[in-house]
Amino acid sequence: MEFLIANTIIPTHWDSIIAICIGIAFGFVLESSGFSSSRKMAGVFYGYDFAVLKVFFTAAVVAVIGIYYLDYLGYVDVGELYIHPTYVWGAIIGGAIMGVGFIAGGFCPGTSLCGVAIGKIDAWVYVLGMFIGIFIFSELYSFFEPIYTGYFLGNITLIDSFGWNPYWTIFIFSLIAIVAFVVADFVRKKIKKVFY
Amino acid sequence: MNTEKNTNSHIYWNPYFGGFLLGIIIIFTFLLTGRSLGASGAMKSSVVTIVDKVAPTHAENNAYYSKFIKEDESPMNTWLVFEALGILFGAFISGSLSGRIRWRVQHSPKISSRRRLLFALGGGILFGLGAQIARGCTSGAALSGMAVLSTGGFITMLAIFGTGYLVAYFFRKNWI
Repeated sequence: MEFLIANTIIPTHWDSIIAICIGIAFGFVLESSGFSSSRKMAGVFYGYDFAVLKVFFTAAVVAVIGIYYLDYLGYVDVGELYIHPTYVWGAIIGGAIMGVGFIAGGFCPGTSLCGVAIGKIDAWVYVLGMFIGIFIFSELYSFFEPIYTGYFLGNITLIDSFGWNPYWTIFIFSLIAIVAFVVADFVRKKIKKVFY
Repeated sequence: MNTEKNTNSHIYWNPYFGGFLLGIIIIFTFLLTGRSLGASGAMKSSVVTIVDKVAPTHAENNAYYSKFIKEDESPMNTWLVFEALGILFGAFISGSLSGRIRWRVQHSPKISSRRRLLFALGGGILFGLGAQIARGCTSGAALSGMAVLSTGGFITMLAIFGTGYLVAYFFRKNWI
């Protein structure tokens, strides 16, 4: 294992301190990018503000290029990183429910915490809603269990699923992101401005 | 000086700059811990803790809560909870520096704050439910998943944004 904590280069009791430091950086960047504002977030769905699309895809592209570059240089082994598991129908159904929740509430969990931190009462109510949603899921767990644990394909990547070359995949993913940014700017000029 | 601060409170970072820094944070997190960022995990731990305190036997008998309850440790003592506390601190610092801290309900002038709060509650319930089914939210599943090319991460991202665009028409009065 290459990881500093797991490798005991940094003792494990520093784990929580590091978690807080990473969280502070994460929260600071999200809030500074305007993600504590639900009206800015919702703009991505109506074309009046594409900050969500730009921040989200820039982050994904930078992260994937960085991680695979460090893997290429031999500093990390991508195979040893935590790969988010693929439960096909869980991802589709859960994602679809989150999509409706996103547009109804105007936040996602991380950004609602930013809203909570700067005193948005709607964000406080949203977090309360999330608690209720998680409670409902847990109480009806036996009902959701088939999609929660079923259709499991393992901790797979696009490389495993399609047999693509990782470097070409990342290159094409980056191109798609750049095209999306250009289209987003084009659309935004056509759409009536919304002030918020 | 003061007026300048007021007019600037809604000026945010360039999104590409924010996205770049966020990408660096993700790389750093993976390097340091082998894990990824998350936000909904902390809320799950909170719910488990509350239920465990209020109705311990019920929590132990439930197949979902019992996964996260350990004999010797509180369910709050996890990496994701500390990270979420950090998010609150970090956002508070950023908000203070830009003068954005105050109690308010933010909503479109076309709707009442009561309507905004009702939709926020409903949206939260749906997001909380969906994030459990998909085993992660926009940060934990979609963003951190995509950073390592996880198939599930990409499916979750497409499902969230695809559904968002599909149903956006029905929620337009709330936003535009």
